[in-house]
Amino acid sequence: MTSNLAPAAAPSGEPHIRRLIVIWVVLSAIGVALVVFALGPHMPPWTFSDEARDQRNINIMLAALATPVLLAVWMALVYSIVAFRQRGVAIVDGTPIHGGGRLEVAWIVVTTLIVVSLAVAGTAALFGTTKGAGGGQGPDPLAVPHGSLPPLQVQVIGQQWAWTFRYPAFGGVETTQIAIPAGRVIALHVTSLDVNHSFWAIRLGVKADAIPGSDNVAFVRPRRPGSFRIRCAELCGLWHGHMFTTGLVLTPAAFSSWIRRQVVANAAATRTLPPYSTHYFPEPLRRAG
Amino acid sequence: MSDVAFEQHAPRPAAAPPWWRRLIGFNLLAASALGIGGWFLGHWVGTRITIGMDSQLGTDQNDIATFMGFLFAVSGWLIGLGFLNYPLGRMLGRPPSLREKEEEGPGRYFRLCTDHKVVGMQYFVTILLFFLIAGLNAMFIRAELLTPKEKLWNANQYLSLVGLHGTMMLMMMSAAILGPFANYFVPIMIGARRMAFPRLESLSFWLVPPAGLILLSAVALGGFPTGWTGYAPLANTARAGMDAYLFAFALIGLSMTIVGANMLATVLTMRAPGMTWTRLPIFVWGVICTSVLMVLAAPVLFATLSMVALDRTADTSFFLASAGGSPFLYTNLFWFFGHPEVYILALPGFGVVLEILPVFSRKPLWGYRLAVAGMLGVTLLSFMVWQHHLFVSGMNADLRPFYMLTTELISVPTGFIFLNGLGTLWRGRIRFTVPMLFAMAFFSNFLIGGLSGVFLSDVPSDVSTHGSYFVMAHFHYTIMGGLVFALFAATYYWLPKMTGLRFNETLAKIHFWGMFVFFNFTFAPLFVAGMLGMPRRVSVYSSSLQGINDFVSVSAFLLGLSMLVFLINLVYSTVFARVPAEANPWHSRGLEFQLPTPIPVRNFERTPVIESGPYEYGVPGAPPVAALGRPAVAGGGGSSP
Repeated sequence: MTSNLAPAAAPSGEPHIRRLIVIWVVLSAIGVALVVFALGPHMPPWTFSDEARDQRNINIMLAALATPVLLAVWMALVYSIVAFRQRGVAIVDGTPIHGGGRLEVAWIVVTTLIVVSLAVAGTAALFGTTKGAGGGQGPDPLAVPHGSLPPLQVQVIGQQWAWTFRYPAFGGVETTQIAIPAGRVIALHVTSLDVNHSFWAIRLGVKADAIPGSDNVAFVRPRRPGSFRIRCAELCGLWHGHMFTTGLVLTPAAFSSWIRRQVVANAAATRTLPPYSTHYFPEPLRRAG
Repeated sequence: MSDVAFEQHAPRPAAAPPWWRRLIGFNLLAASALGIGGWFLGHWVGTRITIGMDSQLGTDQNDIATFMGFLFAVSGWLIGLGFLNYPLGRMLGRPPSLREKEEEGPGRYFRLCTDHKVVGMQYFVTILLFFLIAGLNAMFIRAELLTPKEKLWNANQYLSLVGLHGTMMLMMMSAAILGPFANYFVPIMIGARRMAFPRLESLSFWLVPPAGLILLSAVALGGFPTGWTGYAPLANTARAGMDAYLFAFALIGLSMTIVGANMLATVLTMRAPGMTWTRLPIFVWGVICTSVLMVLAAPVLFATLSMVALDRTADTSFFLASAGGSPFLYTNLFWFFGHPEVYILALPGFGVVLEILPVFSRKPLWGYRLAVAGMLGVTLLSFMVWQHHLFVSGMNADLRPFYMLTTELISVPTGFIFLNGLGTLWRGRIRFTVPMLFAMAFFSNFLIGGLSGVFLSDVPSDVSTHGSYFVMAHFHYTIMGGLVFALFAATYYWLPKMTGLRFNETLAKIHFWGMFVFFNFTFAPLFVAGMLGMPRRVSVYSSSLQGINDFVSVSAFLLGLSMLVFLINLVYSTVFARVPAEANPWHSRGLEFQLPTPIPVRNFERTPVIESGPYEYGVPGAPPVAALGRPAVAGGGGSSP
């Protein structure tokens, strides 16, 4: 702690600024290294699907960029607190600088450049390899992934307070559990029968709102077999917190046998279902009571 | 500074009537009686007119009767306060006047009073009361979240607590700084005698208590399951508690519109001679920007809630997909209000901290024009970003890059405020008074809030964090870490001027450190909980997250305890200790601190002439901020407002 700093007596702020910049550069280098190398590999939402991995990479990028900004402001605050503190009861005026000029222009230019490049990076990720980054893109997505196989259509139906799933490619069978094959692009068509829900599978890297009367498509390509947790992420009434279930990612062969078993087991129920549609209009809503 | 003796108003000679006689008249007592009576009358009328109506059959509730009850109750409340007396009197030929409503004595706090300083105090006490109730709800929520299974509250109680906490906070915090401090100090800071529309000013306040009470009545009406956002079509299906939410929030929308229009008119037309736009205190600039947002955004809220109310009572179907409506209509309308609302909460905070920093750094505000530009930039951009709340909703997916860009651009003008703050501290002579501590904590907290907002504005990152505790931590960092810290900075800075009494500084410092530490302990871990997949508004969560949640809950209780320290300090300092504060305890150049304490009813003896900016600390040869008490000099020429 340098007690001989006499800010008002110093002819200019030069030594302070130089000292502050050195502290900031050193701490930022350490901070960014920690974020990228120590935190990065553990950053949610991990790497279960291509989409989750894209989101994770963006999260790491944003955290790495946020660290120097955070440190810059914190260091300037702490430095001012330490160096420019007025002890005792005396009221002394500081150096009357009104600001303006080069620093303002530099600040505007730098912050604008940072945020515009962030928006460009985010847009690139949206239309890049994963097409939509796992988010709901509405009925007619601009970005559609191209694969060797056409996307497998799976409909996700939200209703108070459960998820069901329909497979139009397999006779429109409706199941209470979702299973999808690994290594293939899946088109999740999310809709609702009553109020707004949101289909959120964090490991899968998918979030798409389920809105009554609308078809919300999200693409995902799971990378390996495993399971994932689904939760409702939009407040949908009394048992919103209980609206969760577990989904499966299977190998293509295991998926084929799973879906064949579902078709057979649900054959009777499938006949009574309405024909497959991108959305269904439920009965008019009634007030509780 | 000129210490001119102000001519005190001689108390009007009047024989003191007996105490019980003074309770009769247009005051809080009559308002309460007519309000309660109005509820029963309205409910009865509503029941009569809905006899045989199909839409109300098949349920055990009558929404039309509920709304009629609220409508009559609020009308009765306002009539009881005497809001009709003046318009009726004018219609009957009475001359225009303000004088009758500006009496002295404690009674004025309990009735319609057009003195902006009285309205400010009324707002302060009311907002504080509702803030504490809403904060208590947060304690109840955190108590439930100690365990990953439902334990303390059932599902309906839990959701109602969540909704009450959110709605009450949003409703009350929208006016947390504008209500008490802008009403009290903006006229004084611009050298005016009063607000432009003093009766509307009083009306804007007297709508707040019924709004708060009606919202609380939701508990008796079965609660409401939608949280503060009130999403339709869920709101269409909810029980009668929903009506309370709709009516209360709409009342606040009305109150906000009035406040905004009044503030704008006041600052635009009633500045003292010499109060140029570049001499305007930065707090007033914050108030102007907030008012613009209020005037343009709050009516949208009022309209949206009215549409839901029509859906529920008149069987319209604005938001029912099954009958030609659209749930997207609600989300768009709501967030078109909702995002500017975020800045209605943030901008007064910017104004307060930038007002306080120069005083305790003893330096001019660094980059005054940049600060104004930042606030105006935020105001403009805040209307162009609302769809970032709907990134994964499936609507207009192709517009997402645009909303991503506008949302990220808003951090540029927000960044100006940080540069102003840091530049003002730089090479100052910083005194760590309690208001200064809160103002500096504002920057640390709001920085974290802002940087986490960049994650949410980036679509790929938002896909994983949207609707999770990450969002919840983010907006608590901006609203609580920003606005509430600024609110307490303003309280410690200005309340001694308003009450003429000093705060106990030891208790105040305990309050600050407790609040700062446990605020961060409470909300920082929630970023992690959200990233690990915990959705908002659930009482059932993965047992692997219990450790984080328990830590957060305990911190939240300690945070609540720090609020208790504030309350104890407030009561102790104003009721028991009563140490008088100097007229200018902070040696501030602010015009409001050049007046004697208590500030006379008429504020200024004569219209002041502003001769210099408010932040010219250490500037050689800077004149005092205003000439007080002297006759207006040539060139001033302003008419007395």
